[in-house]
Order: sequence, then structure tokens, then C-alpha cells
Amino acid sequence: MTKGSFSLTDYLRTRGWRHISIVIFFAMIAAVVGGMYFATLKVDYVWRWYRVPQYFYYKDTIETKAEIEGEVATLVPKGDQVEVTVRGDGEEETYSVPGQSLRVNEGDFIYSGDVLGSYQKWKVGILIEGLWVTLKVSVIAVLLGILLGLFTGLARISNNPALKWSAITYIELVRGSPLLVQIFIWYFVLGTLINNLLAQSGMSQLPPLWYGVASLAVFAGAYVAEIVRAGIQSIHFGQMEASRSLGMTYPQSMRYIILPQAFRRILPPLAGQFISLIKDSSLLGIIAIRELTKATREVITSSLQPFELWFVAAILYLVLTFALSMFVQYLERRTAIGG
Amino acid sequence: MVRAENVYKTFYTTQKIEALIDVSCRVDKGEVVVIIGPSGSGKSTILRCLNMLEKADKGHIHIDGVDILDHKTNINKVREEMGMVFQSFNLFRHKTVLGNLTLAQTVVRKRSKKEAAEKAMALLEKVGMPEKAEAYPDNLSGGQQQRVAIARALAMDPKVMLFDEPTSALDPEMIGEVLDVMKTLALEGMTMVVVTHEMGFAREVADRVIFMDEGQVVEVGPPEHFFKNPTHDRTKLFLSQIL
Repeated sequence: MTKGSFSLTDYLRTRGWRHISIVIFFAMIAAVVGGMYFATLKVDYVWRWYRVPQYFYYKDTIETKAEIEGEVATLVPKGDQVEVTVRGDGEEETYSVPGQSLRVNEGDFIYSGDVLGSYQKWKVGILIEGLWVTLKVSVIAVLLGILLGLFTGLARISNNPALKWSAITYIELVRGSPLLVQIFIWYFVLGTLINNLLAQSGMSQLPPLWYGVASLAVFAGAYVAEIVRAGIQSIHFGQMEASRSLGMTYPQSMRYIILPQAFRRILPPLAGQFISLIKDSSLLGIIAIRELTKATREVITSSLQPFELWFVAAILYLVLTFALSMFVQYLERRTAIGG
Repeated sequence: MVRAENVYKTFYTTQKIEALIDVSCRVDKGEVVVIIGPSGSGKSTILRCLNMLEKADKGHIHIDGVDILDHKTNINKVREEMGMVFQSFNLFRHKTVLGNLTLAQTVVRKRSKKEAAEKAMALLEKVGMPEKAEAYPDNLSGGQQQRVAIARALAMDPKVMLFDEPTSALDPEMIGEVLDVMKTLALEGMTMVVVTHEMGFAREVADRVIFMDEGQVVEVGPPEHFFKNPTHDRTKLFLSQIL
């Protein structure tokens, strides 16, 4: 073969199949999306994506209302605002309203509750609120789960039967029952008990959010414990012997030698566990925590646009889980040995 | 300095292994004692019993007058005074060479970072690798790692150094550099207990040689006696196999 006579077979043999595979990949994606779209047209579903943004952010009109009955005594402009003074039966009130929206004149007689003016304000929608609750619940549960998992993992490999057997019992109980059932137990059993006891001693009740956080943290903690145990046991026992032979105590050896090395190894399985936790938080809607999934359900009830909104919810979860895995990858690079 | 009396140790793994049977030995201050013997003879086990990496079942072990098998003894305090060098180096993989040398100094000896680093650099100088202070163990050769491991143990100013087959995991061309460091230590008067297969080292440096077989001390004596006129048949057989 001479230079310049690059034939189709040569192209196929070298880069061709790769290019064709890439084209096939995108064609399949297009087919799935397109097929779905046409299927929805067949059942007369009307896509209304333009209705979705209002559940993220919307403009709310806030009206300033008079609180007393009386006469508008003075209108004093102050920049964009106008100060409206209402004088009534021996009382006087002053309200500040935007000049453009002023609805009263000097000398008007107004009743309590009459609108003097209004302004508009951007507010976060229910989906963002739900996303925020999901994020909050997940972050707190992850942090508690790490603590719980670390201590349980250490207890699991301890020689002390009290510690070791408690750890095993906890791990087996939690791993052996469905998260949904555990959430019910936390809220309807433990929640009822704790809130009643709190009420009896005159303290305020704990909101459902904390029972949700507790159920997720305790659930994740059991899995983290096993990950921590595997991570510690994967470190060669010579590392522990070397540090003990230098006179370091067991806790010192754990802290300075074993855990730093184990940490790097357990990061990938830990990331997987916490991605699961974020997704599992979608179950918390059943105990009246308005996280992303429950918020989506509420929006669907009022908007009747389930197709768009379930896709939006899925994408929002994806944003959270993807951000978490990016963060963990960054940690992995940063803690690389010899980097 | 080191005194072991009637020490027994049995392992129960898949079967019962009597690793040490009534082993007694002593190492005086400034002495270099080499323990040799075929594999499975218990020589590593007795060494590991000396700093409680293995707990002896029965008997007495006194280190610098302290009975380490006594429940009241704080073994960490005893270990501070004993350096140990392992066959597989066991350097802390997540720390630099300097970090390996300074960690226990600051955590256990409560030295300042500066003081520990100065001590570490002096010791790296001594083992001939000050230029590797910032390197990580994985980037060093076996011989270099073992020299760092020796320096790490020395950084604690130990009274006794225990060597558990320090050259067995090394390529032949690296054994010399590690043995040289050990010889220097011996000349400086360090009390050393060395488990090794390096007969040349034993002959040249040891004050006494202990020969062990099947968990028992078979013969003890100065190297000239030991290598030229061994009394026991088992010793003769062993020497004929390796020399």
C-alpha cells in the first residue's frame, strides 16, 4: 500500500468501527427519546415545559395593606418610595410603598385591609425547597453516618466482646430489614415514644425531619461500618506491628498509621454508599418530610404535568449524586500517596 | 539487658504448633547475639516475644529489669526502648522517609518537630541516604527501605535493637548495604538481637550465636566455637547444609 491510497477498508480497519459505534450510540439515544416523544403524542399528552421553571423560581406579588381605617393625610415621595400616612380615629400609621404602584390619593378615605400599593419579589419554588431539604437531610445523615460507621467499624474489629457483639448486632439488624420499615419504626414507634416523653417533661417535640435523618444515618452507618472494617483489615498487619514496636499505643497507631491509609482505600465504596443514601432520602416523603420526591408529587397534583416533573426530579437527584462523586474523585486525587 | 527464662509459646491455627518449648536466653548490654536455625525453628517467635508482638504463654521475660509478662507492666513504655526491624521493612507507606522517622519521636517521645527532624536527618546521614528524606517508601529500593527502617527504630534512641531477618527479603546486591549499617551499629556498642541467615555476619559481628531447632535452643556459644566445633549433631547437620 502506498501513501495516499487510503481506502475504505483501511479506514474501517483503523478508526472506522470506532466512529460507527459512536454514531450508533447517539442514534440509540435519539431513538429512545424520539420514541418516547411520539408515544406520548399518541396518548395526547401535551408537553408543557414552560410551566416547569415557576416551581424553581417565581415572582410573587406582595401587597401593602392599611391596618387602620381613616383618611390618607399626606403622600411624601422619598426616592422610588412614597410614604403614605393614614390618619384615623385618634391614630396614625405611615406605610412605605413603591411610587409606581401607589393606588391612593391624598384625602381618600380607606378601610382597614385596603391595598395601598404592591411590589413584586422573586421567591424560590417548591422544587428548590424540596431539593434543599433533600440536600440538608443527606449531608447531616452522611456526617452522622461516617461517625457512626467509624466507631462501629472500630468496635467490630475490637477484641472486647461488649463492643464487638454490639457492633455485629447493630450491623445485622440494620442490614437485615428494609429501610422503609426502619423509617416507619423511627417515626411511628421511636418518634411517638420520644415525642411523648418530651411532652411529658415539658419540652418541644422533634420535627419529623430529625427522625428521617436518624433513620438514614443509622442505616448508612451499618454499611459504612463494614466498609471501614474491610478498609482497616486490608492494611497489611506489618504496619500495625511497626507502629506498636515504636511504642505507639493502639489508638495512636490507628489514628496516625492505619486510618489514614485505610481512608484512601474506602473512599470509592464510601462514595457508592452515600450516593445510595441521597437516593434513599426519597423515601422520607412518607413521614411528611417535604423532600424532593414529595415536593414533586405535590407539584404534579396541582400542575398535572407528571412527565416533565418526574424527569426534572430525576435530573435534580443526578445533579446531587454527580456532584458527590466528583467531590470524592477530587479527594482521591488529593490523598494519593506520593503525589 | 534481655533475659528470657523458660518461655513457652504455642500457636493454635489449623493445628497445634509448639513454637517455643522452654526457651531461655540472655543478652547483656552491648552484646550482639545472633539467632540462627532452620525455618520454623521458633527463632522469629522468640524475637517477637521479646517486645510482646507475640505474647509468651509461660515463662519470664525481663527487659532492662522489667518483667514484660507482668500485667502491670506498660508494654508501650518498654517498646519505646526497643527498636525493631522487620523482614518486610513495614515502612509507613503514606509518609515520606522523614515522616517515618519523625512520627514516633513526636507522638511517643514528645519531641518538637524541629528536634525530631534534626535527629532524623542525622540518622539518614548515618545510613547514607539524606537525599531521600522527601521520598516515599514505595519509590525506594528494598535495601534503601530497610536502611530507613533501621534509622526509624534508632530515632527513638533504643537500648536494644531487634532484627527479624532484616536481609531475607532483599535482592542479593542490596544485602551488603544493610549489613554494613548493622555492623556500624554493633561497633558503636548497640545491644542487638539478630535473627538472620547471614552466616558471614554472624561469624564476623556476633558475640554469641544461638542455634534453635524445633522450638528449642540447641546450642549457644561464641561464633568461633560455633562454626568450627559445634557439639550437637543437629548443629553440624544445619551448618553442613548452609555453608
